[in-house]
Amino acid sequence: MMEPSESNNQPESILKKKINRRELLRIASVGGIGLMLGGAGIGGILSTRTKVKSEEASISNIDRIPFHGKHQAGIVTPAQNFICCAAFDITTSDIGEVRKLFQVWTEATLTMTQGSLIGSNNNQNLPPSDTGEAAGLSPSRSTITFGVGPSFFDSRFGLQSKRPANFQDLPSFRGDQLQPQWCGGDLMVQVCADDMQVAFHAIRNLTRLARGKAVLRWTQDGFQRTTQADPSAGTPRNLLGFKDGTGNPDVSDPDLMNQVVWAQNTDGATWMTGGSYMVVRRVRMLIEVWDRSSLKDQEATFGRYRDSGAPMGAQQEFDPVDVHATTPEGNLQIPANSHVALSHGDGTLKLLRRSYSYSSGIDSTRGQLDAGLLFISFQRDLYKQFVPIQQKLAAGDKLNEYISNIGSAVFACFPGIEQGRYIGDSLF
Amino acid sequence: MKFHSAVPASLIAASILFTGCANKDDASNATGSVNESTSSADNKPTATKTVTTDQTVSIDFTSAIDQYRNFVIEQCDIFVKETEKFTNAVKEGKLEEAKALYAPTRMYYERIEPIAEALGDLDPNIDARVNDVEEANWRGFHRIEKSLWEDGTTDGQEEYADQLLKDAQLLRAKVETVEIDAAMMVTGAVELLNEISSSKVTGEEELYSHTDLYDFVANVEGASKIYEILKPALATKDADLEKQIGERFTALLKELEPFKEGKGYISYEQLKEEEVRTLSQNLDALAEPLSNMGTILGV
Repeated sequence: MMEPSESNNQPESILKKKINRRELLRIASVGGIGLMLGGAGIGGILSTRTKVKSEEASISNIDRIPFHGKHQAGIVTPAQNFICCAAFDITTSDIGEVRKLFQVWTEATLTMTQGSLIGSNNNQNLPPSDTGEAAGLSPSRSTITFGVGPSFFDSRFGLQSKRPANFQDLPSFRGDQLQPQWCGGDLMVQVCADDMQVAFHAIRNLTRLARGKAVLRWTQDGFQRTTQADPSAGTPRNLLGFKDGTGNPDVSDPDLMNQVVWAQNTDGATWMTGGSYMVVRRVRMLIEVWDRSSLKDQEATFGRYRDSGAPMGAQQEFDPVDVHATTPEGNLQIPANSHVALSHGDGTLKLLRRSYSYSSGIDSTRGQLDAGLLFISFQRDLYKQFVPIQQKLAAGDKLNEYISNIGSAVFACFPGIEQGRYIGDSLF
Repeated sequence: MKFHSAVPASLIAASILFTGCANKDDASNATGSVNESTSSADNKPTATKTVTTDQTVSIDFTSAIDQYRNFVIEQCDIFVKETEKFTNAVKEGKLEEAKALYAPTRMYYERIEPIAEALGDLDPNIDARVNDVEEANWRGFHRIEKSLWEDGTTDGQEEYADQLLKDAQLLRAKVETVEIDAAMMVTGAVELLNEISSSKVTGEEELYSHTDLYDFVANVEGASKIYEILKPALATKDADLEKQIGERFTALLKELEPFKEGKGYISYEQLKEEEVRTLSQNLDALAEPLSNMGTILGV
């Protein structure tokens, strides 16, 4: 878990710098030693994880987000450029096999988020253990976050009693147009990274390791502007052109995160203490329709100005949302049915949004771009936070004209993993 | 296809030297072993591996290769006989009989497909699909299949029938010359499953007759035969892997059960989308560990 204090990397003495894989290859390829090592030698070194403790930051740690900690990485971690999200259905009925899968996934995740290859890759008679497309690439701030769906707690594994009381499939919301192929899942893996190839590599290898135990149910890639395109790391814009995530709670405030994001000991399911509940919704945007709407309409739909991101009637993006502010004529500044007015409400309900945009080819029915928002939010309690907000939005949000909720899933994302433990082991 | 496993001694020495020190940390990985996973070598200290392969590097595959060669020749013999029945039916204009013989005949070929593929042009001559070769050179089973099912006639197929029988006989003659080694068997087993993944699952193989399930099953049987022959060697080398492959063959065959009909299989068109997907996923689940069977070959 990246604590805010760790995000500012202190320049370190070069002597302390860890030797990374690329340097190793460079060193190894000098002179004959490279040839000598060409067989099993390098593989042996590379397949062994260098254990990087978060406190021994090295220069290359800018790109490396620690896996171990109190919470899983990839939740309050500042959103990376890309996401590859995958839901799985478990095909084995043996809980022991599931545990083995979690152990194997933990092992592989540790290795990949360090930027190393998994397994052994030099036996000419065997397929390489690692699919190889991330060889020589930096970890690219990759995080891999795991969760289980409500279906994980059905009768198959005898874990019914472990299901947290408020953890079940979402109720249906007005206007939902859910398609089964985009819904649900026994397991969820969220990979985020600043490089798409690194992210894809992780999902691909985890899927491969799951063969015979779990199969893909749905996958979705997503993107947002890269740090290269916006070095100031401002609030990203969604595909409707509006800033999305302005009202997020401050992730650097641990007390606030304990209120909003992290499941607490007192919440009922102790195995989830330090974990978080995730909502993933595939929100198709009717962008062609949106693009025919006047700027005035667009801004009234969101309740913010497109250019600045400021709430209507205010000046700056982060000015407080005042749903009661009126114009000189006595009308509300922020229309009551706008997205911001409804989702902000009285300001007491909060959740952490961590959404990405998606574009997945063409919707063959309409002949239009199948694009939209992979809405992701993390919260301490689905039914106290997400559900009431979404019910209000579903009933009256002016934005509903331009969007269609076609996918929906919820997951209980495990607490963080300490050294030597594995994901989900608090559950067994 | 052939693999030469000569490893310079200096290299083995180097790997022991380096992996020895690289794996010192491994003792602290208390997260459970990855050996049950598909990447069965993940957490084994490589140094240990080198040692064990030193001990087993001399697995004698002579008997396994003989067994497999006998199997190939036996399948080939029946293939020629059945092809003769099929091509006779075509030449005699017996449409329904030809259609009934078509898919079961092909199974003898599909079981040993990797061997046929090792024999140059024979595979395309016998088994090319509509766009695999230039129209002018297209011949073999699928050319006749198109006529039987799409045009509903045997007319004009006599020449293709004669050619097909000659090609089958040539395959039988040449099969004795194929140099089979253990590496070829290992890769052959995976290739058989890859064949299913790439063309049979999608229904592209039997575009007109929709008898893809026959090919599917035959490919699985061909892979299973190789596994059965190599099983004792694999059990000594990696018992977990051997067990896993066995279980997954069982699971896949069980998945195919409901599609049996009489002595054959139902039309591939009758399968629902999710049934096809489940078959494909079971196939992947089997092919993954099967692809690690090369562990018996030593390093």
